[in-house]
Amino acid sequence: MSPPAKLPRWAELGLLPAINLIAALLLSGAIIRLIGESPWAALKLMADGAFGSQESIGYTFYYATNFIFTGLAVAVAYHAGLFNIGAEGQAYIGGLGTGLVCLWLGAWPFWAVLPLAILAGALFGAAWAFIPAWLQARRGSHIVITTIMFNFIASALMTWLLVNVLIRPGQQSPETREFAPNAFMPGLHTLLGKIGIPFTSTPLNLAFLLALAAAALVWVLLWRTRWGYALRVAGRNPAAAVYAGIRPPRVTLGAMLLSGALAGSLGLNELMGSQHRILLDFPGGAGFVGIAVALMGRNQPVGIFLAAVLFGALVQGGSQLSFDMPHVNRDMVVVIQGLVILLCGAMENVFRGPLSRLFAGKTRSPKSEIRNDGGPDA
Amino acid sequence: MVEEINSLPPALELRGIDKRFGAVHANRDLSFAVAAGTVHGVIGENGAGKSTLMNIIYGFHRADAGEIRVHGKPVEIHSPQDAIAAGIGMVHQHFMLVENFTVLENIVLGVEGGPRLAGGLASARAGLEQLARDYGLDVPLDTVVSELPVGLQQRVEILKALHRGADLLILDEPTAVLTPQEADQLFKMLGRLRAQGKTVILVTHKLREIMAVTDRVTVMRQGAVVAEVATRATSSRDLAEKMVGRAVLLQVEKGPAQPGATLLTVRDLEVTDRLGVPRVKGVSFTLRAGEIVGLAGVAGNGQSELLEALAGIRAPSRGEIVLGGRDLVREGLDPRARRHLGLAHVPEDRLRMGVVTGFSAQDNAILGYHDLPAYQRGGLLNRAAILGGCERKMAAYDVRPPNPHLRIAAFSGGNQQKLVLAREIDSDPRVLLVGQPTRGVDIGAIEFIHQKLVALRDAGKALLLVSVELDEILGLADRILVMNAGEIVGELARAEATEEKIGLMMAGVKGEGRA
Repeated sequence: MSPPAKLPRWAELGLLPAINLIAALLLSGAIIRLIGESPWAALKLMADGAFGSQESIGYTFYYATNFIFTGLAVAVAYHAGLFNIGAEGQAYIGGLGTGLVCLWLGAWPFWAVLPLAILAGALFGAAWAFIPAWLQARRGSHIVITTIMFNFIASALMTWLLVNVLIRPGQQSPETREFAPNAFMPGLHTLLGKIGIPFTSTPLNLAFLLALAAAALVWVLLWRTRWGYALRVAGRNPAAAVYAGIRPPRVTLGAMLLSGALAGSLGLNELMGSQHRILLDFPGGAGFVGIAVALMGRNQPVGIFLAAVLFGALVQGGSQLSFDMPHVNRDMVVVIQGLVILLCGAMENVFRGPLSRLFAGKTRSPKSEIRNDGGPDA
Repeated sequence: MVEEINSLPPALELRGIDKRFGAVHANRDLSFAVAAGTVHGVIGENGAGKSTLMNIIYGFHRADAGEIRVHGKPVEIHSPQDAIAAGIGMVHQHFMLVENFTVLENIVLGVEGGPRLAGGLASARAGLEQLARDYGLDVPLDTVVSELPVGLQQRVEILKALHRGADLLILDEPTAVLTPQEADQLFKMLGRLRAQGKTVILVTHKLREIMAVTDRVTVMRQGAVVAEVATRATSSRDLAEKMVGRAVLLQVEKGPAQPGATLLTVRDLEVTDRLGVPRVKGVSFTLRAGEIVGLAGVAGNGQSELLEALAGIRAPSRGEIVLGGRDLVREGLDPRARRHLGLAHVPEDRLRMGVVTGFSAQDNAILGYHDLPAYQRGGLLNRAAILGGCERKMAAYDVRPPNPHLRIAAFSGGNQQKLVLAREIDSDPRVLLVGQPTRGVDIGAIEFIHQKLVALRDAGKALLLVSVELDEILGLADRILVMNAGEIVGELARAEATEEKIGLMMAGVKGEGRA
């Protein structure tokens, strides 16, 4: 990848994502107008559906919790120079770990189940990420390819397990029995109720706070420890890493283990917090949304949190929209989400060029641009 | 002759060229003319705006203001295609050749003359043979480019430009990759081009080349033309002062070396590349306390591999590197462990290896030392200590601007290098390996860096200086090793070394004293 044009920090982190988002909404608006609905009304419905009541806020943040975990997973790998497309599979397998603990040890008190469930989720997710990481570090197999493949393997493996091994005896649907209530993640409404704040019952649960803690932990690890320093050096400039005595293959392994562990924590929210059983395809694409979340959040924990909330709002507001507008069905909502991902993620550089030219007139730009970089826009 | 040249419109005339990159004013109202049939030098420090100007002439950048005239006629150059159409050819510092194509295929690339190759190749071959005869530019047309020595690859670039009908050739730092002898050949070739009526612009920071080959010279400083003189009417010292804007020391001031105990011993070291090709073949030498050993050689003759093997970046296939009684090869010590033993390393390619361009200055100032206890507190990085350390290094090494939070990419090459040097010397090493310490560094900083290296020597450290700049080797080294094709072909005491002797050794002629 060529180095992106330089922008002031506030424009990089605030203005550019905002412009991208607005462009995505305008495009979505045009499509909604085309199918004969009012874009303005649709926007209001979505915003209302995502943030209009305690219930909708609860759902929005419940979805966002999944995206924080997977977004962090993608970001950690990104800082090590790796593109982890496998958060979906790692979340799936990690959830298996969490789910098994809940199934087997559900009789234990919650405070004993929770750490084991966290540990099992992280370990299973990390293990699933370790194989592609090892293949990349020691054999040079491209991690993008292997992590994609491991999504399929995870999916097939889980289907087999759920259909043949873990299925609740005497039923047709490929899912396990329900966890014992001791292994339910307490809802946030319960926790808030205990300190005297009334909140509607929603799937939003303790895992949201765990996700925030994970974000803080990732920040400390990456920017405040020598391990994180080494990881970022190896990600940015492997030759400089070798020069500094850092071993890039080792960084690859470490980064992917952490990435897999983060993705593997999705089960805490989805299974322990909401479904209370292991079922088919419970990650539901959150691993892929995590890529967009990390991109849009500039791979920074705070940015990832904000982007995760946005995508949570899109999911929640989108379902409200398809519920209330006769011409907008679920597929239309997916189109809108796709446009946001497209504009904010894949095409995020579309507005970067013009914007940086705009800024070039006002703010100082790095001197390196004077040097002969070759290309016309260098 | 002179009268006749002056009566023609200039081959290239620049009027009021102005270019800004943000707050950086890269070219300030530049005007000068290049007379047809002359070799015109453009000289200036790094960052003086030479490359920007050449990129404007060749259509990579658009000027914000100003006019370019070719043979008296104003031209609009929006792209390299426009430049080529106007008869301008460019030979870049880094060759733009497809390595696994033949010379002929490279030359017709982009001017194939139709979808079918055969016809184009045949007519190109005839034209090129004519060109080769006219200018004495013999190149084997059917050889694959990667098999040609660098001097010939450069010739291919020149032929390529001529084949496209260039009659104004721009050469950007053409001698950076050549031996002194190859450079002399290039200059002869430029003389022939001039005799045939071609016009040449030679962009360089080497005063010697300007004096050797140009008719007129334009001196640039901070984006502006500060002088334009006939080469005959000036001198190296005069040009250097104009470039820098003050009197400079072209010669490093240093006393005689006082070599002490042997600190580093290299025995029979062999390094092979990934394909198994030996790059360093059985090299042995020692470094003693209080001396600078210069390792001279044309780029690509194994110096880089040797340096990286010493630093622990490459594993040698054979041999010993002994430092403080320990064999670094047998113990398989990585660069970090070697640093702890007192072996510091300023890498040859700063941007590729020495710094992480996306990081701030302070994060770069701990690269390789990030695990020192001084930078840790309670299991976390001690940001205050890192910041303080960077501020201290910046002050001691006059790094400007002294802002540890600024991204390293925003510093000039000289200031980046000063920070790298500060980082490596700050660890108080016993042995310092230095690769191309002044590559891409402005003259003011060169002086400073050279003084620091001499001071380190006088403090009783051993230095290995790898440089492709012969002047630098001759100016700094107390003892000179010359490498060719992976072997040390000669060793000279500074007193007996001359540019010519070293040049011959660099070309592979074995020296005295060594087999």
